[in-house]
Order: sequence, then C-alpha cells, then structure tokens
Amino acid sequence: MNGYLRSIKQIDVTKRTILVLGAGSDIAKAVARQYAANGFSVQLAGRSLDKLNRLRCDLHVRYGTEVSCHFLDISDLESHDLFVNSFSGTPDVVLYAAGAMSEQCEAINNWSLAYDMITVNYMGAVSLLNRFALKMGVKGSGTIIGISSVAGERGRGSNYLYGSTKAAFSTYCSGLRHDFYKKGVHVITVKPGFVYTKMTQHLSLPPLLTATPELVARSVYIGAERKRNVIYIKPIWKIIMLIIKALPEPLFKRTSL
Amino acid sequence: MIKKKLANWGNFPVLEAEDFSFSSTSNLRTTLEEEMRSFIARGNGRCYGDASLGDCTLNCLSYDHILSFDCEEGVFECESGVTLDTILKVIVPKGWFLPVTPGTKFITIGGAVASDVHGKNHHVDGSFCDHVMEFDIMMSNGSIVTCSPSIMPELFEATRGGMGLTGVILRVKFRLKRIETSFIRQIQIKAKNLQDLLEKFHEYRNHTYTMSWIDCLKSGKDFGRSILMAGEHAMIDELSESQKKRPLEAYSDTLLRFPVYLPKFALNWYSVKAFNFAYYQKNFKHVIKNVIPYDPFFYPLDKILDWNKGYGHSGFLQYQFVLPLESSAQGMKDILDRISKRGMGSFLAVFKIFGKQNNLISFPMEGCTLALDFPIRNGLFAFLDELDKIVLDYGGRIYLTKDARMKPEIFWKSYPRATEFKALLKKFNPDFKFRSLQSDRLGITNNEWIFEINKANRCD
Repeated sequence: MNGYLRSIKQIDVTKRTILVLGAGSDIAKAVARQYAANGFSVQLAGRSLDKLNRLRCDLHVRYGTEVSCHFLDISDLESHDLFVNSFSGTPDVVLYAAGAMSEQCEAINNWSLAYDMITVNYMGAVSLLNRFALKMGVKGSGTIIGISSVAGERGRGSNYLYGSTKAAFSTYCSGLRHDFYKKGVHVITVKPGFVYTKMTQHLSLPPLLTATPELVARSVYIGAERKRNVIYIKPIWKIIMLIIKALPEPLFKRTSL
Repeated sequence: MIKKKLANWGNFPVLEAEDFSFSSTSNLRTTLEEEMRSFIARGNGRCYGDASLGDCTLNCLSYDHILSFDCEEGVFECESGVTLDTILKVIVPKGWFLPVTPGTKFITIGGAVASDVHGKNHHVDGSFCDHVMEFDIMMSNGSIVTCSPSIMPELFEATRGGMGLTGVILRVKFRLKRIETSFIRQIQIKAKNLQDLLEKFHEYRNHTYTMSWIDCLKSGKDFGRSILMAGEHAMIDELSESQKKRPLEAYSDTLLRFPVYLPKFALNWYSVKAFNFAYYQKNFKHVIKNVIPYDPFFYPLDKILDWNKGYGHSGFLQYQFVLPLESSAQGMKDILDRISKRGMGSFLAVFKIFGKQNNLISFPMEGCTLALDFPIRNGLFAFLDELDKIVLDYGGRIYLTKDARMKPEIFWKSYPRATEFKALLKKFNPDFKFRSLQSDRLGITNNEWIFEINKANRCD
C-alpha cells in the first residue's frame, strides 16, 4: 500500500509542469533551473529560439528535465490565441518573466520605447495570463507567478513610465488572485527590487539592496509552494517602499527619487 | 553606462570599469561593434591581479549554459561562464571528475582556458588545455571560430594561457576523468626541511596529486619545513562503511563567509608566524593517511567565502613563479631564504612539481613552482622586483594569472616565446580590440614596446 502511494506521488511530482513566458530573461533562466531542480518539467516560451534551445540543453544535462521550446512574441498580441491553444494540457505553474525597461529620459521622448514597455510589461501579460487563468480555473488548480516590481508602488520622476506599467501589472495580479482564489488558482506577485541582470547591467547597484537571479528563483519557488501572495526578495525593500509610500505628496514631489 | 569598481581576487588593483554582460553571441557581437573601444573578457574574477581588468570588461557569467555531457565517453561541453563548481555538481554523481583543477572551484571554464590552469596533478596529467578537444572563440571582427589542436592550431595555441587576448572564448568541449568514488585517499607527510621535502616529492612522484605547504618563516635547521600532501581518487573498497553509502556524492556547500575586511595590522609577522606554527603542529603524527571527500582535498579555502577579505581593504599580491628542474633546489632555497630574512611572511606558501610542458604562452614548465600570498604594504613591490630578477636569473617565470605588478622587461625575458605570441596576436587581434590592464602594463598590446624589445634584443 505504502509503495503504491509513493509511486502515485512520484508520478504526480514528475508530471508537474512550469511554463515560462519570456524565457530569455536572466530571472526566467534562474527560475527555470530552480523548478527543474525540483523535478518539474519545463516549457520555455520566448522570441529567441537559440536562447531557448541553449537553456533546454542546460536544464536537460543538469537535471535530466524534459524541456520543450515554444516561439512567443509577447508584443504580437494577435498571436497569443494561437500560442495558448497550441498547448494540449494546462501547465501547473505559469511564470510571467517578460519585462522591458528603458531609461525614463529616453522613453518620455520616444513613444515607441514607452509603448514597448506598456506592451511587454502589461498588455502582453494580461492577454496571456487571462487565457491561462481561465484554463486553470476550469481545471481547478494552478499557480501564476507574476514578476512585477517595487517600482510600481509609487510613481517616481526617475522611472514612472516603467513604474506605471508595473503598477498596472501588480494591480492586475492582485485582482486575478482575488477573482480566481475560489477556483483554486493561486497568483503570486513578486517584487524583486534590484537584481543583477542584463536589464540592470548599466546601473551601479548597491550590493545590500541587490539580489542575484538565483536568490529570486529560490524565493519565488518557496513563495509559490507556500502560496504566498506578494513577496519581496530582500525584506529591506518592504521597509524602503513603506517609507517612500508614506511621504506626503507635497513633500514627495520636491524630492529627487 | 555607469562605471563600476572592479577588482580581482587580490583586491589590487581596483579599477573603475564598464562591465558589459551578454547572454547570446548576437548580444556580444553588437557590443563589440557598437563600442569603438577595447575589451577584455572577464569571468568570476578569481585571477588575482589585473589580467581580466580593463576600461571595458565583457562579463561572461550570464553566458553559462551547459550544452552537453556524454556520460559514457566523459566528454563535457559548456559555455564559458560556467564555473567548475557547477560542473562538479553535474559530473561527480555520474562518476566523472575534472581532468585538471586549480585550488578553487569558483573559476569559469573560459578562465580555465585563458589561464591554461594547472593542478596538483600537473606532473601526471599536464594543464587544463591538454584535455580540451575544441573551443569556439569570438574574434575582434565578431566572427566565431572553432579551433582545436588540429583545426586552427595557431589560434588554439595562442588562446591557451593567452589571457583572453585573442578573443572571447564562448564554448569549450573537454574530456573528463573517470572516477570510481568522489573520495580521495590522502597521505600527509611532514618534511623537516627543504631538502627533505624535495626528496619526499621524488619518492611520491607516482602519486596523481601532490602538493605541499611550506612554513616560509622558519630559518636555521628547520628551514623549509613543510607538509607534503599526496592523493589518489579512492576506490570503492577503500571507503569506510558510511562513505560507501554515498560513494559518488558531489560535495554540498555548507559555506562560511568571511564577514568583514580585516584591519591592516591583523596580518603581521607574529600572526603569520603563529599561523604557520599551528598549521605545522596540527599534524601530530609524522604521517597521516585517510580518505576524505574531494572538496577539502582540492578546495580547502573555498569553504570560506570571501577569504580574501582577511587581507584587508588594501588587498594582497599572490606571487607564483616556476623554476626549471635543474635550478629548482638552489633557487627555491635562495628565494625562501630572502623571504625569511625580510620577514615577508606568507600565510600560505604552496609548493608543487610541474611535469614537462612547452607551450607558446602557458605558465608551466618542467620544474618546481611556489605560490606565496603577501599583504600589500610598504616595500613589498620593491622586494618582489628583487625576487623577479632572481627568478629570471634561475631561468624561471611568473604566472600571469596571479600577476599584478611585474615589470615588462621581466615578462619579455622570462617567457621565451613572447615575441611569437605577440606576432600571433597581431594576426588574430590586429587592432588590439582585446586588451587588459595587464597586457598594456606588460607591453603586449601596445606598440611602443616592440621597439624597446628590439633594442633589448640587439643589446643582448
């Protein structure tokens, strides 16, 4: 009997699947490795098939993981329907790791950069996650992980175009969580703070406030398994953002944050 | 792009640099094409000196995919940013080991090729690139070239130990070594003095792994007292019962972190003396034999993350040289004598034997090598310049991977094929698109030095 139960459990574990949307990012790579190390099979979706293939080899050699690669252009919203329907089953976990960030000073003068951030960080996310949430709702289980940002907690002069897209995404995640809770679908919002990635390589980041993609991946995995709602990677960010949010507007607008 | 403070393991020199990361070859090509400047590839920053520093560095750490692992044949293929630590976790459980490993597992595979690293088994297995089957490298014009000892042999030769000056190493395919267990059967033998040590090395020359630690502050009859460590990969029947339950365990990381930079006064003659005394006396018995996991045998210092902070903010220099076989005994005695007389103690002095090797620009040659750590303080640079001359007189040379201060004339005189190396660089890296603080300091990647060398050669 015991042996029978154990074998059922093993099958369940190996059957679990994570779909990574925007698998070319550094955070996505780390999260994919974390889940693969924990016995998940992995579906990678992104624009650069070369990158996905390299990650596929990596996951396969490291963890013996079953990996499939899928072409996905997040900003091509029309293609999403076909993309979502190309999956026969519904993944147990969907990670939205795509993100675009341009310098505020450039993006405010160049609509295409701002548009790109809005599409990738918000519209694309809503378009895809709506569809997966509905599928998970029908199935009655599933986890959606949204990589948002602390930048979305208050608009600041230095990066409010990026910040506002993340604010919209955080709000979307919180609503989705509320809506789908009763249908057995869990949504976790991740607010990493600074992370050493390609997106931030041109910035000089303070080490105490900055996480590695691997730390993000570990926290995401644990957070998702424990069904946490909103997680910060470095706890200090929670305090920093509390202070930033607490500043009264007349004072706040005079600061240079 | 904002400049960041970068330093390698010795924390000297510290440089403000722009650090470009890349995760695909097209990324890298764009960076090389868009920026009309020079670059140097950089891995995990474990070389000690300035070899992977420059105004613009190419950070390979995100280029870190494992591409294939044939566990029947023992062939491994990965991108240059993968660290040995990662590789060990994958290969050890399948019964394979690195063919050659340096004293830290936190180096990248790109760095292993660029430094042509050696290990405790050099006298048996040679250096790392002896086991490399092929690699891909991005040249200054953005093209990717595959080379091996038989395809593009000149480029292969100039890249092994070439300190990243031929291009950016992208992918490396190499052979692994079969192991039955992940444990090492180790023997530690105390040697009374230098002469005794050399004899013991001769006695244990058939062991795959040998190295020794020397107390470099001892003078008189105990001069050169040391502990020789010899090891072999253990067979399954040599393990204890508890070890037999996990014969191919990859070492899990339970790490300590060195918390702060120690103040300058913490390392002085007395503390170094006390440490060396304790290190020698910790071995009660004259000979100790045991079977231990591979990790403490190969990587004793990796257990303490950031141990370089022990040398304080001003950093330290690691000084590693090799002397040819015939002058080794005399030369080592001469150099250790000077160190002991000056009281320039080194916490760890590591002594090893090299087997035959004669590559274009790789460091090893048949003979003996000694690595010393010196905290940076007044008088050290002048003292090392003095040692350089002695090393040169004995026909030896300095390891570029550890070097942060050698004078160019020493380099050009001690590496016999340096001019040939430079000629190849002019071919493969014509505009010196790839150059480092070190290559500029040594006059490898600036033209002024050619004249100086020619002059020097004529004078000779």
